[in-house]
Amino acid sequence: MIPFILRRLLIIIPMALLVVTLTWGLIRVAPGNFYTSEKRLPPAVEENIRKKYGLDKEWYEQYGLMMLNVVRFDFGDSLKYSGQSVNEIIKRHLPYSATIGLLAYLLALVLGLTAGIVAALKQNSAFDYGSMALAMLGLSVPNFVLGPILVLVFSLGLFLFPPARWGGISSLVLPVITLAAIYTAYIARLTRAGMLEVMRSDYIRTARAKGLDEKTVLLRHALRGGIIPVVSFTGPALAALLAGTVVVERVFSIPGLGNIFIQAVQNRDEPLILGIVAFLSILVMVFNLLVDISYGILDPRIRYE
Amino acid sequence: MAENVEIIKGTSLGRDAWNRLLKNKLAVFGMIVLGIMVIAVIIGPSILYAITGFTAEAIPADGNLISSFPPTWQHPMGTDEAGRDLLARVLQGGRISLMVGIISTIVSLIVGVSYGAIAGYLGGRIDNLMMRIVDIIYAIPYILIVIVLLSFFGGPNTPKWITAMSDLFGGAGNAGVSQIFLLFFALGLVSWLTMARVVRGQILSLKNQEFVMAAKATGVSTPSIIFRHLVPNALGPVIVYATLTVPSVMLTEAFLSFLGLGVQAPYASWGSLCADGIKNIAIFPWQLIFPGVTMALTLFSLNFLGDGLRDALDPQTRKF
Repeated sequence: MIPFILRRLLIIIPMALLVVTLTWGLIRVAPGNFYTSEKRLPPAVEENIRKKYGLDKEWYEQYGLMMLNVVRFDFGDSLKYSGQSVNEIIKRHLPYSATIGLLAYLLALVLGLTAGIVAALKQNSAFDYGSMALAMLGLSVPNFVLGPILVLVFSLGLFLFPPARWGGISSLVLPVITLAAIYTAYIARLTRAGMLEVMRSDYIRTARAKGLDEKTVLLRHALRGGIIPVVSFTGPALAALLAGTVVVERVFSIPGLGNIFIQAVQNRDEPLILGIVAFLSILVMVFNLLVDISYGILDPRIRYE
Repeated sequence: MAENVEIIKGTSLGRDAWNRLLKNKLAVFGMIVLGIMVIAVIIGPSILYAITGFTAEAIPADGNLISSFPPTWQHPMGTDEAGRDLLARVLQGGRISLMVGIISTIVSLIVGVSYGAIAGYLGGRIDNLMMRIVDIIYAIPYILIVIVLLSFFGGPNTPKWITAMSDLFGGAGNAGVSQIFLLFFALGLVSWLTMARVVRGQILSLKNQEFVMAAKATGVSTPSIIFRHLVPNALGPVIVYATLTVPSVMLTEAFLSFLGLGVQAPYASWGSLCADGIKNIAIFPWQLIFPGVTMALTLFSLNFLGDGLRDALDPQTRKF
């Protein structure tokens, strides 16, 4: 197990560097520059800008310098927010996204697992059909429609929660619900399908044949196998949640990382884009590693050499 | 005697699947809603124009009408701030949303099926390399790729071949249309990864069967084996996955239009209509509710149809 984890941790480094390289290539291949807007700059000014940012060097020199900085996890200063380092910006804005992201995932786990397990146990019941139709609705209503409708009803109609801005627990309620909806739907569907499959497997029949009571069969045996699809979904979902909360951030005016990232791409703020991409890709890979480790814990048939 | 013998008619695989699909009430509901929606967005705008004279783009000349009105008999979905009939805009937007969903899915199908089939059939090192590339692209947030493609290759930087294509189909020199064409490709080019994996898995399980060996023995060329013999046999999961790709692409398009990167004015899609509606949610809620609900209903039907198709075409992986 330990060598497996170490090997996987080591692979993360070249993979992340590769992702950064590709992103850098993508930015550089695209026509245009971060400093050109509608107005054309005088040649002397342009030359100075190019010199300042090292754009006058050969491409491989630029690439080498960039990679050297990335390896030291120092992405330099943002081009747009001058005087602020990329690391500072990430550190400042991540907590907002992380808070709503994690809370939303927790909520989605609690609701989704409960609904999925009950639906699987009472297959073809009214609850099963009802909750699965609701889950499908959750998958089909875009969060930028759901969020504003929640604001309309609960803030502007019933005055229960603030419509936007950050501050206090009550301001978290609507963004977290908006974000959690689609994940709840996914988890409920995955749990139901996983549980139904496991409940039919031989080892559950064996457990029943041993005379275990239904509760033990369900909680100690079936659940561990049944939630494996949810676990595999959790890795990418958590990473997406920590960064991909753009819509909710815009709808509720939350200064999170997702919005910063979109702006960075629109401004062609290369250091900031590379910093966030490197950070995110490492996050995705670490989450995927954690997922793989938990497979082994949940399902004793899975072994890593 | 002979007339008493009942002729047992065999059912083909396709008919079998179709019967299973028809038994699934939710899938049938999805098909009916989608059918109505497709017909409505194709012929709806011209019928509406013939009856009422409203179009999606024209702003009323009468200054008193330039304001957002709630739903009335004349405007069943109300009007937007420029006084345009929202029903006409929702129908017109549906055209673009559905077109983005379908064409981007076709792009992702072409790329994903060829990539997955080639990797799966050739196997060995090439397969390994090709699948590692897929893994790496997976690690880049797909939204970054789309936004990079759209913001860097949009506007004056639009590649020549996309402009040429949009000139051919949508009217020459129309920047709004070429932006939509760019969207087709950008979304298609980020949605093929899962498709490639699905197809590769299918091909791996098919390529050692007798019919492939027979094809090889009779000297059929490799491309022909892949695309004429193997791919048609892997179509079941491909159709299922494609049906589920359409709603996810439409959702991404809506998300991009919400961010202001997708469909640009004067064109509208359900996503951009929703984005406009959100700005005025407190005063003119109908501007969000009608396009939002129409879009959600369509996605809902597509998802149900996709689920139903999976159950019908792929009895083994049926979710009981």
